[in-house]
Amino acid sequence: MHFYLQIILDSFAGVGRWGILFAKTIAAFFRRPPSWSLIIDQLYNIGVLSLPVVAITGFSTGLVLAAQSFYQLGDKGLAGATGLFVGKSMMTEIGPVLTAFMVTGRVGSAMCAVLGTMKVTEQIDALKSMAVNPLGYLLAPRYIGGIVMLPFLTLFSAAMGIFGGYLISVYYFGMTPQAYFEPIPIYVKIFDIWVGVIKAFFFGVIITSISCYKGMMTRGGAAGVGRATTNSVVICYSFILIVNFLLTVSLNVFHDIYKVKYL
Amino acid sequence: MIRVKNLWKKYNSHAVLKGLDLEVSRGETVVILGRSGVGKSVLLRQLIGIDKPDRGTIEIEGKLISSLTGSDLYLATRHMGMLFQASALFDSMNVFDNTAFYLNEHGDPETGKKLPQKEVKARVKKALEMVGLADTQAIMPADLSGGMRKRAAIARLIVYHPRILLYDEPTTGLDPITSMQINELIVQIQNELNATSIVVTHDICSAFHVGNRIALHHDGKIAYITSKEEFPHINDPLVQAFLKNAIPEVNQNS
Repeated sequence: MHFYLQIILDSFAGVGRWGILFAKTIAAFFRRPPSWSLIIDQLYNIGVLSLPVVAITGFSTGLVLAAQSFYQLGDKGLAGATGLFVGKSMMTEIGPVLTAFMVTGRVGSAMCAVLGTMKVTEQIDALKSMAVNPLGYLLAPRYIGGIVMLPFLTLFSAAMGIFGGYLISVYYFGMTPQAYFEPIPIYVKIFDIWVGVIKAFFFGVIITSISCYKGMMTRGGAAGVGRATTNSVVICYSFILIVNFLLTVSLNVFHDIYKVKYL
Repeated sequence: MIRVKNLWKKYNSHAVLKGLDLEVSRGETVVILGRSGVGKSVLLRQLIGIDKPDRGTIEIEGKLISSLTGSDLYLATRHMGMLFQASALFDSMNVFDNTAFYLNEHGDPETGKKLPQKEVKARVKKALEMVGLADTQAIMPADLSGGMRKRAAIARLIVYHPRILLYDEPTTGLDPITSMQINELIVQIQNELNATSIVVTHDICSAFHVGNRIALHHDGKIAYITSKEEFPHINDPLVQAFLKNAIPEVNQNS
């Protein structure tokens, strides 16, 4: 019993430390914004270098979604809904979540490992000893990179999914391009695009802040770096799934209550 | 001038510093000797503001470092520098970028104005020449030997002419010849910059080579602090054991 209580208390303490680090990093950013070169490095690393893995993930998911929907719905006369099914799910659910998972694996884990290694080899202390705030210099550009690039990567992933679905629907199942594309603009609303973008924004915050937090809290040499990296990936995945559910519900409730007609 | 009064620091429940007092005059080099784990490095980390003491005060050049936080602390410690035990070079940057780091971040150490790249290059070149690494500018830290990493870290320090220099085990893990080179370098820097320095070490040869005064750190406090000439004559089993075990060959010769 005491063991589980300790885990719960440690978790709350961890959330508190994460919140403090996040707030301090935002404050450090406004006090002394990092140089453009640092921000551009991170935008390039998180955004541009993630394009291939996001493209492969989005494309293959689009293929599978289209194939499944065709097999499941085709004999019920609903094959025409394949494009709609692929577009809607890629935009609002699978696109944002899978993109976030891919970025966590490719970028978040590396972020944590780099910061963790810098921590255990005193490089972060060396920054402080030269009167450079590591939060502003190391963390703030990573936050910006993740928060800015995740929405673009999500849109790109959704586009690749829709393209993958188009290829299999038209060239394998024999649908016409019109039958695949026509329902998409009718049923995939601007609201759905906003849902994907808002989710991606939150996932960007989750991935960068948790990975940086775990990196900055690393202790215990190379083994500690390994542990921190594994933990950061697991925690990111868990929070992405939980926040995805909360956002799906809250955004749809918000949409229904306020009847945001132009969306 | 560095003035430390009644400094306390605990990690978990283990007290590392227990009311430590220390005064170092301007331009002086004090060497702190002590066994492993007594808190010598912890003291340096408090002095430069990396860690906060639990109790006590640290005053450096009239500024109460121990009570400063955030940007005030960074402003107050801008003219200080520390050589870390494992060098702590930024492994994503080559030797040139490591050495130029402070100048690129803060500009001219005196005026705070941004320096043109030509001036940065000239200052970096001069610093690397001083430590004998002029031809390693494009090399990454991972490709340097231990001694070269130490010298590159020293170049990263001296490029901005800090008024306070802290050395954490500058010769640990180096062969005797490289250790002697590092010691010579510390003395040379001392002569050229006239900085106030604190050197933490186990290496008693190094201590006698670079220090004006030698202190013995024991049980969380400075047990003794005296001139290097008087230090071997302290009639304390701890000091004598330290001298005897640290330099048996010197004892045999003498």
